[in-house]
Amino acid sequence: MAGLELLSDQGYRVDGRRAGELRKIQARMGVFAQADGSAYIEQGNTKALAVVYGPHEIRGSRARALPDRALVNCQYSSATFSTGERKRRPHGDRKSCEMGLQLRQTFEAAILTQLHPRSQIDIYVLQADGGTYAACVNAATLAVLDAGIPMRDFVCACSAGFVDGTALADLSHVEEAAGGPQLALALLPASGQIALLEMDARLHEDHLERVLEAAAQAARDVHTLLDRVVRQHVREASILLGD
Amino acid sequence: MLKSKTFLKKTRAGGVMKIVREHYLRDDIGCGAPGCAACGGAHEGPALEPQPQDPASSVCPQPHYLLPDTNVLLHQIDVLEDPAIRNVIVLQTVLQEVRNRSAPVYKRIRDVTNNQEKHFYTFTNEHHRETYVEQEQGENANDRNDRAIRVAAKWYNEHLKKMSADNQLQVIFITNDRRNKEKAIEEGIPAFTCEEYVKSLTANPELIDRLACLSEEGNEIESGKIIFSEHLPLSKLQQGIKSGTYLQGTFRASRENYLEATVWIHGDNEENKEIILQGLKHLNRAVHEDIVAVELLPKSQWVAPSSVVLHDEGQNEEDVEKEEERERMLKTAVSEKMLKPTGRVVGIIKRNWRPYCGMLSKSDIKESRRHLFTPADKRIPRIRIETRQASTLEGRRIIVAIDGWPRNSRYPNGHFVRNLGDVGEKETETEVLLLEHDVPHQPFSQAVLSFLPKMPWSITEKDMKNREDLRHLCICSVDPPGCTDIDDALHCRELENGNLEVGVHIADVSHFIRPGNALDQESARRGTTVYLCEKRIDMVPELLSSNLCSLQCDVDRLAFSCIWEMNHNAEILKTKFTKSVINSKASLTYAEAQLRIDSANMNDDITTSLRGLNKLAKILKKRRIEKGALTLSSPEVRFHMDSETHDPIDLQTKELRETNSMVEEFMLLANISVAKKIHEEFSEHALLRKHPAPPPSNYEILVKAARSRNLEIKTDTAKSLAESLDQAESPTFPYLNTLLRILATRCMMQAVYFCSGMDNDFHHYGLASPIYTHFTSPIRRYADVIVHRLLAVAIGADCTYPELTDKHKLADICKNLNFRHKMAQYAQRASVAFHTQLFFKSKGIVSEEAYILFVRKNAIVVLIPKYGLEGTVFFEEKDKPNPQLIYDDEIPSLKIEDTVFHVFDKVKVKIMLDSSNLQHQKIRMSLVEPQIPGISIPTDTSNMDLNGPKKKKMKLGK
Repeated sequence: MAGLELLSDQGYRVDGRRAGELRKIQARMGVFAQADGSAYIEQGNTKALAVVYGPHEIRGSRARALPDRALVNCQYSSATFSTGERKRRPHGDRKSCEMGLQLRQTFEAAILTQLHPRSQIDIYVLQADGGTYAACVNAATLAVLDAGIPMRDFVCACSAGFVDGTALADLSHVEEAAGGPQLALALLPASGQIALLEMDARLHEDHLERVLEAAAQAARDVHTLLDRVVRQHVREASILLGD
Repeated sequence: MLKSKTFLKKTRAGGVMKIVREHYLRDDIGCGAPGCAACGGAHEGPALEPQPQDPASSVCPQPHYLLPDTNVLLHQIDVLEDPAIRNVIVLQTVLQEVRNRSAPVYKRIRDVTNNQEKHFYTFTNEHHRETYVEQEQGENANDRNDRAIRVAAKWYNEHLKKMSADNQLQVIFITNDRRNKEKAIEEGIPAFTCEEYVKSLTANPELIDRLACLSEEGNEIESGKIIFSEHLPLSKLQQGIKSGTYLQGTFRASRENYLEATVWIHGDNEENKEIILQGLKHLNRAVHEDIVAVELLPKSQWVAPSSVVLHDEGQNEEDVEKEEERERMLKTAVSEKMLKPTGRVVGIIKRNWRPYCGMLSKSDIKESRRHLFTPADKRIPRIRIETRQASTLEGRRIIVAIDGWPRNSRYPNGHFVRNLGDVGEKETETEVLLLEHDVPHQPFSQAVLSFLPKMPWSITEKDMKNREDLRHLCICSVDPPGCTDIDDALHCRELENGNLEVGVHIADVSHFIRPGNALDQESARRGTTVYLCEKRIDMVPELLSSNLCSLQCDVDRLAFSCIWEMNHNAEILKTKFTKSVINSKASLTYAEAQLRIDSANMNDDITTSLRGLNKLAKILKKRRIEKGALTLSSPEVRFHMDSETHDPIDLQTKELRETNSMVEEFMLLANISVAKKIHEEFSEHALLRKHPAPPPSNYEILVKAARSRNLEIKTDTAKSLAESLDQAESPTFPYLNTLLRILATRCMMQAVYFCSGMDNDFHHYGLASPIYTHFTSPIRRYADVIVHRLLAVAIGADCTYPELTDKHKLADICKNLNFRHKMAQYAQRASVAFHTQLFFKSKGIVSEEAYILFVRKNAIVVLIPKYGLEGTVFFEEKDKPNPQLIYDDEIPSLKIEDTVFHVFDKVKVKIMLDSSNLQHQKIRMSLVEPQIPGISIPTDTSNMDLNGPKKKKMKLGK
């Protein structure tokens, strides 16, 4: 039996998308009342919830407080039913910790932390099914915006892979599982600055630029969508306030 | 622009697994018909013609496109490839099914699709909003796909109607499934079977012969008697393989006995590696190279491999009873320990059929349209084909493909594909042996040639970057006479510190063949240059192979140099690799170089350089042999060709001079040095060459043969083998040593290319080197090109590229190269065999001295040193009383009446060309001495003339 053909000769992927096309994105802001900010995003079948608390005073040991800026605290957990095989516990494993760390790095770069010295911002992300990091970042961005925390820019993330000489944007679970290289990029779209770039597979440097460009383009597309969601949310909120 | 809809597909595999996949259905997929307003230009690549000018079809007079289903594509690809068939819509559903079921057909259909002239269009119906079909409850995957195809056909017809009302374009659905066709017609889709459609093409009657005969009617003429047991379905086979009741392996038919085959079991367990199958019923319709499932028979039914040589000569079906008789003949009493695991084929896991070359054996009945086709490869059974052009095809080489093998048929069914030309003509025969050995030999395409450098070519400033100028050195090349692709040159000079500088300069082919372009891909596919007796099939276009890359004398050429500093004891002090520019001072032949070295009055630079090299080479060789390198021997012959007709007029065995060994020694040294360097730099993806040590059982035949001459051959290590071979001399029998070496060569394993990251045994047994690669012939071997690139990166002279550092890609390349090399070797041998036949055809009947190489149950295999020719002398002939034969496997020896034959015995044989079988014209040998009444033929030459034609006549009557 031949293996799965990730990209057909006609340029279609397994799920019918072309190489540069994103999966369907749906997002909503302000899904929880008690959190300072919250958002829910669906990228294809990947669903993520993000909640933000803060800025507030440091909880727990005061020694952790930073003199000149805010502390960003991120926790990532995924539902036990979110993957094909059921997980034992929702958080605390190595993968979740690493993801939390990456999210923290991303948002420390984007949030204007120096405006809130000696305080703490907590981002909790809950995730469900496939293509994870990008959805988490996008959800967290919306949640941070919802919380009204000043940021340099949106942080938009997207993954990209590489199959048969073509860069594929926004990998689905099937494409991820096929074992090719996968790159995760978090971008500040306005300035084009990269907040985080992560890849742990081997990819020849000649190809890197193309894959990076595909991911960046996809991230800019994500930005357009998120921007629309934010504006829609603000419009709805202002109607509710009666302005 | 994108209309998306999410579907959930749930499948269960193994445990509880929920797989959720999205499927985006699009409305921007073009239909492929130009001028369609609805989807104008939404597709790229080759498209359909706006007004198909198809050959007139009587069933469908208006312009139309074809839409075949999966089975038509799988089985009738020969028809679809014909230039007469154009404007075909290939659905994605169909393409995917083909991809899963047959990789070769998938490749062929892709090639056709990419051909602009054929106007094939691939329609991505599975992602199209209107043609996507969901699997219904209780509907299996096959039915769903059939429905999807029909839906797409219907959509096409409606879509094209919308496009323009006046030019009634139609899409015709082609299916061989009767039910499917009925359903299609019910739904209002014009549908025909492939046969109906092809027969309606009145302008192209020759297409009918190409139709694969799968239809049920093929069975009715045959006797209803069922010969074979049924093949088990794949699911049962897989179950059986998992539980261990069946074994999976590759089926290898025997060349010498059509009733016998072996199956190489896949997997690691050492025992039962090879299973013997004997008898037509146990072979159960498996064809050479198929992947089959076999069941082991109980020990009481195990057999030993028979030493009988049997060829299938039966003409008709009734032979089945006779076969049984023959099968019984195979089962003679043998000692217990000779028995090997025996089995029978229970099912076919994968067919590996390809088109076969061969000849038509015309049916005895004059009007019959069914004929038997005899493939050139003796391992392939004869194939029944249906053709109306039997009389034109008679005496010609043709290509036939197998379609199927029903249970009640003695032979598989097939169809005619192509006519190659008259038998015995040199071009036809060369074509046949190239096709049979899968050697790519088409002229280079325009795309490939476009990557050649523009003439006139000269070295530019840019080329000089990272290159050393070695034009001042006194470099020369030494090659066989008439060589135009010179890929190596040498130099040697004394340095001021008293040491010697030795350089090996190899043509810098990788400078011209840049990674990834069409030229590179084509040479990677060809893998090697194939040298036939009168023809060379180049790996790279001639401009490179015989001009720009060839290190001719007195012109500037780019080279890759390996330069050593050595002391006078041939110990390497320093090694340097560099890209360079050289200017060879002389292109010598081996003989010329030898003359220069030997003649005392020549003292020019070239000669001193050669003498220095020669001296070092001798030391190197001695050291290598001390380490245990083997010197083996094979009878190599060269033909002297008539310059006008290119017919062979004489042959001679190759001569070996000191200079041959001199060049060889330095090439080995360069290869080893480069291998070390690239492995040091790229431990995971260096392309190396290894030669595994043969298993001890391989040597059995050699040891036994030597023992019969009271000699002992030790085979525990390469060194002891080399030494015992050196000592195995007989004063009364000087040729014995060569014979032993020839036998030893037969015991060896094949040397192979491999990627260092995928293996951990690097040893080269024959050369007794821990590491080895090929660096010195990039013009004729692709492996060397890769090694050049690796080395260039290692020394920083060139940049790397992604595929170079991908060990899986490299392993794929190695696999292809190994296959091509093996095939090239076989093709070469076949070419020599053919030219030997031509030679004996002109020469007539000759008697020659020969030595016995092997003893078989009913024959001896002899070698004639004068011609380097090997042949079989049979002692059993039809229509003749069988002599009394006693075969002893232990010694081994064969006793005929009162004469005993041992291995290495000297005999005298008569050689003649046997043309009774046009397909396999072969050299026929019969015994002359020692004389055995009733078997050997008289030596008297005056008798022979009388005897020759008489014998022939007798055979024709048979």
